[in-house]
Amino acid sequence: MSTPLIELSHISKAFDGDIILDDLNLKVHENEFITLLGPSGCGKTTTLRIIGGFEKPDMGQVLFEGKDITQIPPNKRPLNTVFQKYALFTNMSIEENIAFGLKISGKSKSYIQDKIKYALKLVNLDGFEKRSVDSLSGGQQQRIAIARAIVNEPKVLLLDEPLGALDLKLRQDMQYELIRLKNELGITFIFVTHDQEEALTMSDQVVVMNKGYIQQMGTPEQIYNEPENAFVADFIGDSNILPGIMLHDRLVRILNTDFVCVDEGFGTNRPVDVVIRPEDLRLGAPGAGSLDGVVTHLIFKGVHYEMEVLAGGFEWLVQSTKCWPVGMKVSLAVDPFDIQIMHKPESEDEEAMVIDA
Amino acid sequence: MRRKLLSAPYLVWILCGTLIPMAMVFYYGLTGDQGGFTLSNIAAIAETGHAKALWTSVLLSLVSTVICLLLAYPLGLILKKSGMGQKGLLVFLFVLPMWMNFLLRTMAWQVLLEKKGVINTILQSLGFSGLRLINTPTAIVMGMVYDFLPFMVMPIYNVLAKIDDRVIEAARDLGANNFQVFRYIILPLSVPGIVSGVTMVFVPALTTFVISNMLGGGKILLIGNVIEQEFTVGNNWHLGAGLSLVMMIFILVSMAFIAKFDKNGEGNTF
Repeated sequence: MSTPLIELSHISKAFDGDIILDDLNLKVHENEFITLLGPSGCGKTTTLRIIGGFEKPDMGQVLFEGKDITQIPPNKRPLNTVFQKYALFTNMSIEENIAFGLKISGKSKSYIQDKIKYALKLVNLDGFEKRSVDSLSGGQQQRIAIARAIVNEPKVLLLDEPLGALDLKLRQDMQYELIRLKNELGITFIFVTHDQEEALTMSDQVVVMNKGYIQQMGTPEQIYNEPENAFVADFIGDSNILPGIMLHDRLVRILNTDFVCVDEGFGTNRPVDVVIRPEDLRLGAPGAGSLDGVVTHLIFKGVHYEMEVLAGGFEWLVQSTKCWPVGMKVSLAVDPFDIQIMHKPESEDEEAMVIDA
Repeated sequence: MRRKLLSAPYLVWILCGTLIPMAMVFYYGLTGDQGGFTLSNIAAIAETGHAKALWTSVLLSLVSTVICLLLAYPLGLILKKSGMGQKGLLVFLFVLPMWMNFLLRTMAWQVLLEKKGVINTILQSLGFSGLRLINTPTAIVMGMVYDFLPFMVMPIYNVLAKIDDRVIEAARDLGANNFQVFRYIILPLSVPGIVSGVTMVFVPALTTFVISNMLGGGKILLIGNVIEQEFTVGNNWHLGAGLSLVMMIFILVSMAFIAKFDKNGEGNTF
């Protein structure tokens, strides 16, 4: 593969002795929509700020097209940022906000005028040139913040939870808007969020982070269908995570019941974590599946019903389009390829780094 | 009805504290000894002594305001940048003198600047010749700056502290260097603080007579001293009130000018 556009190499960063990032390595390729996903405090925003130049790593290098830019200040980096709370210049009109970067770099008046028009059209806010920042809604301000960044034609756009302050409906609209923008502009997006749905919807690549380590990196499908450890499985979507014993290739024992699966190479009689997505569990008449149990909770979720089923001493989360009333005796069944086997971390440290190795 | 009753104390306050005194100043300012209407008290500002006092007042308070601004603005920037923990204490230390008695503070400068005062004693013990400090315009400016500096620091620090660091980072991100960030972002956003700081220093400096009395030794007359003397020594309330009205109009005009600058300052960045 060609040289990555951005490469983080052995990045470490601590604030007041708290380690935020520990030996982080990441490659971002041209024209990718890559999302850093994780709970708050996982180091995703710090990673973005290091790429933007607002924080210096204690150790490690930031490479841009193979060149070391670790020591270069943010105003000399060929990338632009969209901040969480927009950070528009309230002392300027919308037009002046968008023109700021271009004026600083000494572009001609007519070029700037064309660019403002183009950028406002791109974010669907034509005619807003003379408006003041305060007269705009949150969603509009966010779009201006994006316009202000993209007129400078950065090779990479950094987005720090840009949709966090918007309400649900607007957030969903903006997700599509961002995907459209990315496709029209053909530039690389590095997006930070704690919202797993946002990450799955928009990204080409998702980087799941926790405690300063990358837990898993892959396409949204890979992250969802083949989580590599219990953290990823738990963080992305709903899941049943159970301890199991890999008896041998393609056979795992969960809650003293043997299940046929498709995973190989875990050795024999090895303790493992098993994840089964709630939509992959099938309910049936007692005795028809692998485990018998009883429905203990029932919630209607719109698209489906969500049940809790007590079976084998474990509360299974089950999603089904059919309603199974509370108290009903049922059986649970699952297809072999819907059982995901994961290495069990042997210590806390390993829990954090399991992927890093 | 009850709501209207609640505002009654304030109406009484406005009546007794603002309207009646203002009416009296206007009455005295626009009448002569015999009681008839006259503009001579107003026109008296053009007399050599009065005009000179006004000019000296404007000059010294302008110089003091500029010095306060030059001291307070960098201080505000430093305070904004300093760590969270010590910020409160630093601001407190700068504002602390404000809570000491005004006369006491000015008197302290007398002791410092006197012919055989603290500063001259130190200079002479180091082998330098003494300086003539007290009873000079310089002494008055020093007193004004010391007394009014906190009034410049507070509003400027307040607006600077409110500027979001993300906004500054956004400007950096868009290519601005430190100077450009200051010129196009920090300075325009802090104009309201500068305006209120300038107002809060310039107006009291323009009208003070205590500082000029104590540090000017009666040799340098400010317009405040002239007005004071008309009321106390000269016992000519009509002239004193007339000159006060002139001052009031002068201040209103300056404020209107500054307020206009405030509006133009914002938005008009490039």
